[in-house]
Amino acid sequence: MASTTAPSRNGPAGRQDTPPPHAHPSGPSVRRSRLHRWDTKGTPYALVAPFFLVFAAFGLFPLLYTGWLSFHRVSLYNVDRAEWVGLRNYTDLFTGQVSHYFWNALLNTFTLGVLSTVPQLLMALGLAHLLNYRLRARGFLRTALLAPYATSVAAATLVFALIFSPEGGMANWFLGLFGAGPVHWEAGRLSSQFAISVIVTWRWTGYNALIYLAAMQAVPRELYEAAALDGASRWQQFLHVTVPALKPTILFTVIVSTIGATQLFGEPYLFGGQSGHQGGTDHQYETLGILMYDQGFHSSMLGRASAVAWIMFGLLLLIGLVNALITRRLRASQ
Amino acid sequence: MSRSSVPRARIRSVVLASAAATLALALTGCSTSGDASASADGKITLTVGTFGTFGYKEAGLYDAYMKQHPEITIKENPTTAEGNYWTALQTRLSGGGLDDVQALEVGRIARATSEDLADAFADLSDAPGVEKKNYLPWKWDQATTADGRTIGLGTDVGPMAICYRQDLFKAAGLPSDPESVGKLWAGDWAKFVETGKRYQAKAPKGTSFMDSATGLFNAVVSSSTVQYYKDGKLAYKDSPSVKTGWDLAVKAVQGRTSQGLKMFDTPWQTAFSKSTFATTVCPSWQQANIQQFSGPSNKGKWNIAQPPAAGNWGGSFLAVPASGKHVDEAKKLVAWLTAPEQQAKVFQKVGNIPANQAAHDLPGVVDYKNAYIGPDAATGQIFSTAAKAIQPAEIGPHAQDLTGAFSTGVQLMEQNGKSPEEAWNATVRQIDSTIQ
Repeated sequence: MASTTAPSRNGPAGRQDTPPPHAHPSGPSVRRSRLHRWDTKGTPYALVAPFFLVFAAFGLFPLLYTGWLSFHRVSLYNVDRAEWVGLRNYTDLFTGQVSHYFWNALLNTFTLGVLSTVPQLLMALGLAHLLNYRLRARGFLRTALLAPYATSVAAATLVFALIFSPEGGMANWFLGLFGAGPVHWEAGRLSSQFAISVIVTWRWTGYNALIYLAAMQAVPRELYEAAALDGASRWQQFLHVTVPALKPTILFTVIVSTIGATQLFGEPYLFGGQSGHQGGTDHQYETLGILMYDQGFHSSMLGRASAVAWIMFGLLLLIGLVNALITRRLRASQ
Repeated sequence: MSRSSVPRARIRSVVLASAAATLALALTGCSTSGDASASADGKITLTVGTFGTFGYKEAGLYDAYMKQHPEITIKENPTTAEGNYWTALQTRLSGGGLDDVQALEVGRIARATSEDLADAFADLSDAPGVEKKNYLPWKWDQATTADGRTIGLGTDVGPMAICYRQDLFKAAGLPSDPESVGKLWAGDWAKFVETGKRYQAKAPKGTSFMDSATGLFNAVVSSSTVQYYKDGKLAYKDSPSVKTGWDLAVKAVQGRTSQGLKMFDTPWQTAFSKSTFATTVCPSWQQANIQQFSGPSNKGKWNIAQPPAAGNWGGSFLAVPASGKHVDEAKKLVAWLTAPEQQAKVFQKVGNIPANQAAHDLPGVVDYKNAYIGPDAATGQIFSTAAKAIQPAEIGPHAQDLTGAFSTGVQLMEQNGKSPEEAWNATVRQIDSTIQ
């Protein structure tokens, strides 16, 4: 616009409709230029606004409301009748009546997280490395990796619950082949957590493998060629070329998996059947997510559930902070 | 890990998520009934919230009612598990979006009649066609508030019997006809556990006497007039039935007479078809489970005997939320659904024993014979006799939660290998931390 309206100072005096923009500010052109400024400055905000509006309604408001609830004694069926109790819900969780379940759930969340994340990421890395070679049906194999990820938690968990069933489940049949006695998978602490980790690992290994694969393909071929010229074996190439190049990606998957592990809910809840709401008869696989659900929706104690939610939020912030520190350290060392 | 199952925002926003859900429900609810009220012919849609199997649809009762009342359309919103149903009902009580008619389980009725919630429901004692004398008196009283309003009409009750496998009893050298079997344990649950030991001594390989000791515990408590509450207060620690039930469950577990299954879970269902246990406590609603899970190949192998003591396990009510748009029409519907003729039809279709005692005298109820159990066992006779022998017990507001906590406690012994003492302490801790 500016170029088409730029007038000549020597132009006819009658052409008042095209004054120099700054000399005689008046009329529509000013409006237009103001509009233009708003346009360039405002449009980005207008475009991102819907996200933030939705976030405010479904993210920020619930977050704050949950925080408010966590200082109250509220029952599920009577949210309007909230009674201020200060930090009671938090002290209950840390040292009071529910502390036994809280610390148990925190520990379970940690052990389940380690059991499901560590083998999962290692396997994903190995799978990605294999798929990075020129294989037959590579496209098919890569797509197949995503199939478990596309399966719903409920479907996957119900199938695995059958596999680990004490009544003629496949896992016990398999153990029987080696003469090992039947295991009551759901009842034991370690065995149940192992079974749940298998579900999680099954679902997410392919997803992470694809992320690693994408990152591997960005590693310049020349590096491998140079390493090969120097006499590095494939294993050495993997260790000294691939893994260092993948550091940021590995960090990303570790963080995302850790966040996922902190929120683990669907698998243990559905795996437990009738006692899933409390993470097993003995709370042997009760995670923080399950504890929150159990307190809030099974025992109708919304205040206490909100406190658990905020503690989980705090944990996630802590994880995010550690992530930021490590990333900075990594960047500084490069 | 379960990134997609529970997104982070949702974990923090349990409240809002449920609020949004109820809002959505409220909106759809409004739109349907709003349209209906607005239409010139005065058409009304009544929604009925249920759990499990109430049998109204199966018995064709909705269709019959709509035929009689052309201006009314009935829509049922069923939920399978009562636990999920109750959770949703609680959120809707505060957030809105209730159905015009809501079913209530007996374990929740004391909570619903308590001061906290009673005002949310309409008084049904004055609904057209309701005759108080027709309902089992204890059932009527359970749904009546302290100030004399009756907020729920009984649909069915859960009189107990014992269902047993005749073939397995025979194989273990026990009598197998119902009368002699009933005599094995008549009058005392301890005799039932003793019979278990006799069975186990000569049991066919791979079978147990009972499916689960939680069933035994619940049956013992259910057949007592003093259960978890006394004079309006939580008193399970001094309750003789809780003590007896617990001790017998310990005996059953230690004597290895129980298979240790979790009732209602998939392995329990599978065990029916695999014929791995010989008895299960049999409230009337259990008949449907036995038939469904044991399958056609086991037809005629089950039979039914008198229990050591009469008791009630389960049964439900229909209530009308006072905030509904069509309270009067809903009350009329509830009165009709719980009237003798309709309850008799439900019984014949799905086996729920009527809470309306006038229904027991109708043809096709007392003389009903179950083709699967026995075969042709006189289940109508057995259960209607048992229903009338039930002595009312005080049901506290948290009865259902306590049943759950004690079932978990017994499972700790039979599934997780805890000692009786550890299991008892864990149960007490669970109750203390959740029931205030």
